[in-house]
Amino acid sequence: MRVLGRRLSLYVVTAWVAITVNFLLPHLMPGNPVQNLIGKVTGQITPQQVRSIELLFGVGLHQGLWSQYVGYWHQLFLGNLGVSITLSTPVSSVLASAVPWTVGLIGVSTILSFILGTFAGALLGWFRGSRLDSVIPVATFFQAAPYFFLGTVVLLLFGSDLHWFPVLGAYSQSVTPGWHWDFVFSLLRYGELPVITIVLSSVAGWMLGMRNMMITMIAEDFVLMAVAKGLPRRKVIAHAARNAVLPSVANLSLAIGLVVSGALLVELVFNYPGVGNLLLQAVLNEDYPLIQGIFLVITMTVLAANLLADVLYFILDPRTRTEAAV
Amino acid sequence: MSSVRLPRSPKVLVGVGIVAFFAILTVIGPWLAPDNPSATNFLPNLGPSGSHWLGTTALGQDIFSQLLDGARATMIVAIVAGVVATVLSVIVGVAAGYLGGKTDDGLSLLSNVFLAIPGLPLLIVIDSYLPASGRSNSFAIGLIISLTGWAWGARVLRAQTMSLRNRDFVEAARIIGESRRRIMLFEIAPNLLPVLASSFLFTTLYSIGAYVTLAYVGLTSTAVWNWGTMMYWAQANNAPLAGQWYWFVPPGICIALIGTGLALLNFGIDEFINPRLRAAGLSGKVRRASGLPRRPRLGYTPVARRSPGRVVVTPARPTPSSTNVGA
Repeated sequence: MRVLGRRLSLYVVTAWVAITVNFLLPHLMPGNPVQNLIGKVTGQITPQQVRSIELLFGVGLHQGLWSQYVGYWHQLFLGNLGVSITLSTPVSSVLASAVPWTVGLIGVSTILSFILGTFAGALLGWFRGSRLDSVIPVATFFQAAPYFFLGTVVLLLFGSDLHWFPVLGAYSQSVTPGWHWDFVFSLLRYGELPVITIVLSSVAGWMLGMRNMMITMIAEDFVLMAVAKGLPRRKVIAHAARNAVLPSVANLSLAIGLVVSGALLVELVFNYPGVGNLLLQAVLNEDYPLIQGIFLVITMTVLAANLLADVLYFILDPRTRTEAAV
Repeated sequence: MSSVRLPRSPKVLVGVGIVAFFAILTVIGPWLAPDNPSATNFLPNLGPSGSHWLGTTALGQDIFSQLLDGARATMIVAIVAGVVATVLSVIVGVAAGYLGGKTDDGLSLLSNVFLAIPGLPLLIVIDSYLPASGRSNSFAIGLIISLTGWAWGARVLRAQTMSLRNRDFVEAARIIGESRRRIMLFEIAPNLLPVLASSFLFTTLYSIGAYVTLAYVGLTSTAVWNWGTMMYWAQANNAPLAGQWYWFVPPGICIALIGTGLALLNFGIDEFINPRLRAAGLSGKVRRASGLPRRPRLGYTPVARRSPGRVVVTPARPTPSSTNVGA
């Protein structure tokens, strides 16, 4: 349990750093952006919006930095993230409608990519030096291509030209959202291409890591022993793979941040109504309260996912329960 | 590990070739460009032809010139970010691994915090607060990218330093009375070279991706030509949907290629560090020439040794000491 406790305290510190950075960045900004931003608001500006902008940049408040910081925490605990400049709605309600899309999309793709990559890597490691090795450079190429580039190419090829998949948006415009079969089916169909893009981009990392661990593992005595006592090959591979997968699981929490970073742009390409799309729109409109809220939510979600991955590792590897090593 | 020589597998050769090609392009690309990449001298939306190898943009700019010219900005930011991040990771990682104790706790916490915060969203947030002069400054962008990219290297270097710290030769240097700084710089640092090289390549790869992404989103100056800005303009003019693949695809392919080259080089370093991977990476030709079975056999780790002129491979039973390598 000590290991998990240490990880948990790390994430608490990380959350504190992220929140503090989020608070300080607008205050470090030179000039007076408030008038500039108020000019951008379309239509009537509400007093809440002005207040939200003033709080964000610490202008016209007649308060010290420290008491502003305390006030910022107070608002956070109340769940108040300010009011979006362009949308004129509270940031928290904008986020509440976008977060489930992103968590669903990235969650499903990460799990798929991990499972596929681990299986492929185990086989590549076992059949090392065979023709299967030619998969490696191809997978590396897909991994090196930016997510948004791969997404656009996939979108054009399979969506616009071949019409194999529906594109743009998260579900068909002709169905009404709700828990019925038509909507769920449409959801799955529209999710296919974004998921394929993210899996294509991220699978190589898992595959190569697993292959290398597998090759190292195969030379261990317990694998030789398993072969010597006549276990069928399938069982020997499974035996070695179960031991080789541990570093991959340990790396899971590290990789989540990278996958999220890339997947945010996939949303932009496919016009998926998630947090990534929202963030990039907010950046283009210089909607700072929204940018800040999104960054906080992304960071907190990634930290929660990291903690989940750590718990998984803790369950899988009994050694972590006794040793203090992380 | 006195001489750092990469295994001469096809993967590494291809990697070296690709990276060398783009390194040369970084230097001479802007001179090779047939036209000024910003000049709107030509008819707009031309397809590829003899006079415009990749056609022209909606503004009548030569796309091939933009591709050649953009190599430099892309690579300079990547290299600045890669170098700064590597220096940071050496300082933090080696100090944490060697000094241990409270220093280690603090520095490890610092790098773990930076690892846990998702890099690209942080970059986007910082960048969105930059004034226009900062966004067009390649060095400023490189510095910011390095801030989000150093932690991974620090973690790997710390682990390697910790394993070196208690080796006999370091112990000996300590007993002789060498200073702490001398031990870190002259005893430990040279043995970190493969890990260091691998972390530099990884960080450069990350930086290219991060820079191009920022440019594609429109968060760097759109007047500086790099492969990300090219894709930004292509997307802004709906080039992909209009079938102008020659505008959108070449910069993406270039990015993927240089990334593949860097990753292949990294495989070479992995094989250098872990002899078992080296044996697995041998091509069929070398296997046949040295009388190894075509399929690798269980319980054998062939050792590749270099004699003048050719690679000699001797099949060897793993000895108890060699089974610990990489485990």
